[in-house]
Amino acid sequence: MADFLTEYLAIILFLGISAALGLVLLVLPFVVAPVNPDAEKLSAYECGFNAFDDARMKFDVRFYLVSILFIIFDLEVAFLFPWAITLGDIGLFGFWSMMVFLGILTIGFIYEWKKGALEWE
Amino acid sequence: MLIAIAFYLFAAITIAAAVMVVASRNPVHSVLFLILAFFSAAGLFMLAGAEFLALILIVVYVGAVAVLFLFVVMMLDIDIAELRQGVLDYVPLGALIGIIMLIEISMALGVWAFAPEAGGAVASPWPDAVSKITNTEAIGHVLYSQFIYVFQASGLVLLVAMIGAIVLTLRDRPGVRRQSVAAQVGRRREDGVELKDVKPGQGL
Repeated sequence: MADFLTEYLAIILFLGISAALGLVLLVLPFVVAPVNPDAEKLSAYECGFNAFDDARMKFDVRFYLVSILFIIFDLEVAFLFPWAITLGDIGLFGFWSMMVFLGILTIGFIYEWKKGALEWE
Repeated sequence: MLIAIAFYLFAAITIAAAVMVVASRNPVHSVLFLILAFFSAAGLFMLAGAEFLALILIVVYVGAVAVLFLFVVMMLDIDIAELRQGVLDYVPLGALIGIIMLIEISMALGVWAFAPEAGGAVASPWPDAVSKITNTEAIGHVLYSQFIYVFQASGLVLLVAMIGAIVLTLRDRPGVRRQSVAAQVGRRREDGVELKDVKPGQGL
């Protein structure tokens, strides 16, 4: 078990270094940057105007559709990985089992294509 | 030693991030903490030796599900400060339900034992030092043949999810001008260009 994890030591080091670097870059401005807060600095500049409304507005539901269709095909690809590397061992049965799976999802793909779910406007 | 440190680090980050998902005021921050929880849970999977699951957790959950949650949070436009009014009133009830569930889980686990046929399930090639088989191969050996019904059922679940999402969210917008590639490609010079012989000194 330990051998297999030593291969990931580099990733752990990478995570540690990137976390430390991110933290340093966040903290350093508080220490070295000059701080002169002033209400005028936050106000709208000359010809600008104050915000009318909250910047967080509702998103169109179509983003959700694109996202969920992406998840589904993401999962389909995730199923392909173990299949691809064991294809020599699981034989013809395993091959056709995946083909049926892909066929089921292709039905859905044709449906969404014909419904125009992939078109934006 | 290093493994123990990494385990406690990942476990602590997971729990802290999970607490922050509930506690943070901004729903977008909640989703970002959820992503952090997913990442450290992937680290825990990795420490347990489940490489494939760890990477799938990152690819699917961090890459797709968290983005979906972000869209949902942004779509709903909820005023979370208003929602949180009086949330503390529910703490005793929530704590009571949590304690009851904890007692139930510990009662269930207290009498839990391996089924006699469970040994047969792990008879398929398993990742260890002897067989030199990787995690992904161990899954691939059983998923497409031994567990084919579950596998095909997952395909059907994905199909239902796809159709359901389209049925629920796809609106027909009248008056939308779509690009028609066939019409564009099929357009000839004669359709668009007309030559007029204009006499000098006269308009069209």
